[in-house]
Amino acid sequence: MAAGTAMSSYWRGVRDGLPFLAVVGPFAMLFGVLATEAGLAVHETMGFSIVVIAGAAQFTALQLLNENAPTLVVIASALAVNLRMAMYSASITPYLGPLPLWKRGIAAYFLVDQTYAQSVLEYERNPDQTTSEKFAYFLGVMTPICPPWYVFTLLGAVLGESIPANLGLDFALPIAFLAMIGPMLRTPAHRIAALVSVVLALAFAWLPFNAGLLVAGLGGMIAGAQAETRLGITP
Amino acid sequence: MTDTTELWTIILALGLGSFGLRFAFLGLVGDRAMPAWVLRHLRYTAVAVIPALVAPLVLWPTATGGEPDATRLAAAAATFAVGYLTKNVFAAMGVGATVLVTLSTLF
Repeated sequence: MAAGTAMSSYWRGVRDGLPFLAVVGPFAMLFGVLATEAGLAVHETMGFSIVVIAGAAQFTALQLLNENAPTLVVIASALAVNLRMAMYSASITPYLGPLPLWKRGIAAYFLVDQTYAQSVLEYERNPDQTTSEKFAYFLGVMTPICPPWYVFTLLGAVLGESIPANLGLDFALPIAFLAMIGPMLRTPAHRIAALVSVVLALAFAWLPFNAGLLVAGLGGMIAGAQAETRLGITP
Repeated sequence: MTDTTELWTIILALGLGSFGLRFAFLGLVGDRAMPAWVLRHLRYTAVAVIPALVAPLVLWPTATGGEPDATRLAAAAATFAVGYLTKNVFAAMGVGATVLVTLSTLF
């Protein structure tokens, strides 16, 4: 019985993760194309997508490699772009923390923007699931997102310059994230958090190393927590 | 272009670093109870980070050299509105993509 419900959670995750394929496919392909154009071999390009598995950080590293930035600067800048992953890790811990260490390791490796946001959205909607159902759901969401990230990187790297790098694909990522924000705004505290974070993100966009994102993220979290306490909202 | 050793140093360092960031809390905190005030802040992580990630991309798209663009703004507004009103991620993405493609073809 337990295995059965975990299985249905997995397939629910696959279904909910599937729309992101429309974003991940073109985005991964774009990375493959640009990496090839920057002079990376196919196995090096794949190394990025499999070892690092983080779109924004990979594009940042590629950009700096093109500019011949020092190795340390490339590493520090791309990791700075990924600092938000530590916030995701903290935020998903109340849900997946009880798992055995190796399963937490697997969840950590596959913790990207889309798997994180979609899973937390689901955990908040259905808080009564068991931890194994939550993990199965996470793996389900990951299935149409992460393996395609490798496959489409490879496709982009192999097809290389025969694909035009500008198909308006740049806006697929913002659309995917915007679509998730609406359903997240469940309470006035969530709406206040989002509003404060947008204002701070725009006001601090000039900060180097993507630091504006961290200021906005922390500011939004504090605003949400304050609103929850002061307005007496039940989460 | 960077030589092979240097490139793999970058790839491995980024891989280890990214995994470290993702594992930081999940691995070390695990099922130990976190204080209520920490949990209260963590509840708003997604809703604080994702809009902050998107806002500059919507207002100053890289593809237009950072100039605000009516087509992208319209697609963004439609995506958000449908997501907010229907609570349906898939419908929001569909409408947003349709608006983007339609307006880019028309203008």
